[in-house]
Amino acid sequence: MRIKLTFWRIVFLVVMVMGLYSAYVRYAHGLGAATNMTDQFPWGFWIGFDCLCGVMLAAGGFCMVGAVYLFNVESLHSVVRPAVLTAFLGYLLFIVGLLFDLGRPWFIWHQLIYMNPHSVMFEVGMCVMTYTTVLFFEFLPSVFERFNLTRPIRWIHKIYPVLIVAGILLSTLHQSSLGSLYLIMPSKLHPFWYSPALPFFFFGSAVAVGLAMTIFESTQSAKALGRHLELSVLVRLGGALLVALWVNALLRFEDYFRRDMLRQILKPSYEAYFLWLELALSFVIPITLLSFKKVRLSPNGLYLASVISLFGFITNRLNVSLIGFETYVGHHYVPKWTEFSVTLMIVAMGFFLFRVAVQYLPIFPKEEFVHAPLAALKTAPPSVSAVLEHAGD
Amino acid sequence: MSKALLYDSTICIGCKQCEQACATQNKLPYNDTIAAEERQSEHKYTVVMTKGDKFMRRLCMHCEHPACASVCPVGAFHKTKEGPVVYDVWKCIGCRYCMATCVFSQPKYEWGSLNPRVRKCIMCPERVVAGQQTACAEICPTGATKFGERDDLIKEAQDRIRQNPSTYLNRIYGLHEVGGTCVLILSGVKAEEFGYPASEKIGDIPMPEYTGRVMERVPDFIPLWSVVLGGIYWISHRRQEVAAAEANEKKNGSVL
Repeated sequence: MRIKLTFWRIVFLVVMVMGLYSAYVRYAHGLGAATNMTDQFPWGFWIGFDCLCGVMLAAGGFCMVGAVYLFNVESLHSVVRPAVLTAFLGYLLFIVGLLFDLGRPWFIWHQLIYMNPHSVMFEVGMCVMTYTTVLFFEFLPSVFERFNLTRPIRWIHKIYPVLIVAGILLSTLHQSSLGSLYLIMPSKLHPFWYSPALPFFFFGSAVAVGLAMTIFESTQSAKALGRHLELSVLVRLGGALLVALWVNALLRFEDYFRRDMLRQILKPSYEAYFLWLELALSFVIPITLLSFKKVRLSPNGLYLASVISLFGFITNRLNVSLIGFETYVGHHYVPKWTEFSVTLMIVAMGFFLFRVAVQYLPIFPKEEFVHAPLAALKTAPPSVSAVLEHAGD
Repeated sequence: MSKALLYDSTICIGCKQCEQACATQNKLPYNDTIAAEERQSEHKYTVVMTKGDKFMRRLCMHCEHPACASVCPVGAFHKTKEGPVVYDVWKCIGCRYCMATCVFSQPKYEWGSLNPRVRKCIMCPERVVAGQQTACAEICPTGATKFGERDDLIKEAQDRIRQNPSTYLNRIYGLHEVGGTCVLILSGVKAEEFGYPASEKIGDIPMPEYTGRVMERVPDFIPLWSVVLGGIYWISHRRQEVAAAEANEKKNGSVL
């Protein structure tokens, strides 16, 4: 089999080479050489993007599993597998990202023996570890199916109720706990983003992102695989996304109102610009778009609204983890290129693995999968371009 | 009873012998260049800062309820009953949550190391346990840094303020801040001018309480939420079963 060099494959190669070089710098010369983190800014882009955004973007898994298996929304059945796959890969890559960010990653297993139950980080760590295992089991049936192993599938089906309940429970816990991480920093994190309600915001936005991400990945892979898109599914997801965005927006508004911040957030300031950007992308634009029936019924409109809201919530996580600390620290933090390139490499790996998995495993319903391979290879790249755009953001 | 340090900046002469003693005690390099560094780092756990004729010392405050110990996922930090907040390098995985959390920005990191450690003043725990003073208090020629029982030092600090109200600000920094610390500061100018966080900003509530309020609900939340989720699962699948059974019955009925 000959592999043709397309433009996007070259981009992928360049990203990988740069990423590997940065990985070398990280492990051969330490965090100081590979990042712009300092004693004042001990958490940088890797925590902000790879960890906070990574886990958030993988929320589609528990959202879809919950919708289909818990609430019996049969019509969404076709998106469960891709959502679970995305989540599984997302968590694996989150762990890869963590291995870059931790100062002593070789001791990551200490988490299992030196437990500190008072630590939010401990809770997140345990949840992520168990949830990745749950996702592995939720993902396994597609592998078994590929090799026609019916008996193990039956075994997994037996424990499915446990997997489903555990998966959603663990997701509720750690998605919100990522917000709780910051509860202990009331004097450091800017009041635009510090709120006692942070855990609720993080969980609420994870649900919205789960829906948006499912729309994004279904559209993207439909293009890539040359499948026809099930509009009814997207429309349902779009409707749910609109509701989720409203709920999130109202929660945020109520919080600002209660804390008497409304006047402050309207006054122009460095933080306010970032907050406006965040609110515009995550709420104002997508809610406006989705309020038009025409947009809600068009695949392109839904795709656009979802992607914009994804950028919005990514901005939110970066605001909480990076921008919100700049005033306290007294100077700006701009990630080093090696920080970006490691993240880019990880994201590119995610797209690559997703692509390989949908190619070789029965992730999408069979009947529609037949006429795929050739057209697929040509159209896969847009995903990579999307990655390039937002990773540099 | 926990031990503490009382630093009285009005007696301090800025000789930096505490810096030197600290470096010796912790086997850190110390020379003129390092002495001239006006900020703490992974090789300088304590610093004496100069502003005109005023001095101010900075070091880990050894909080009564340390945030670093509460956030550490592997419990690498802990508060000893004698007072010092100590660090177990073996446990540390390098997540740096302690650094992100500390209101006094005390933990520093060995950014250049391939097996980095968190570095901060640990209040000479071996000496304290052995009944000795900390290295910095022992060497201090003027008694500006004084070691003793926390309660005794508070009384002494209050006496000093009472006797010389014109010299001192009427407050002991560290008495109530974030629930109290084992380093107490007396000064004629605000400690905030030397980079200490403002008392009104950090408040008197122990930092661990901010997360404690949420974390203490987790043990109740897990069984409750599992039952709710399990219940929803059961109900929705039961409905499906019933619907299927009814459909079946109808079919069978029509056959009969």
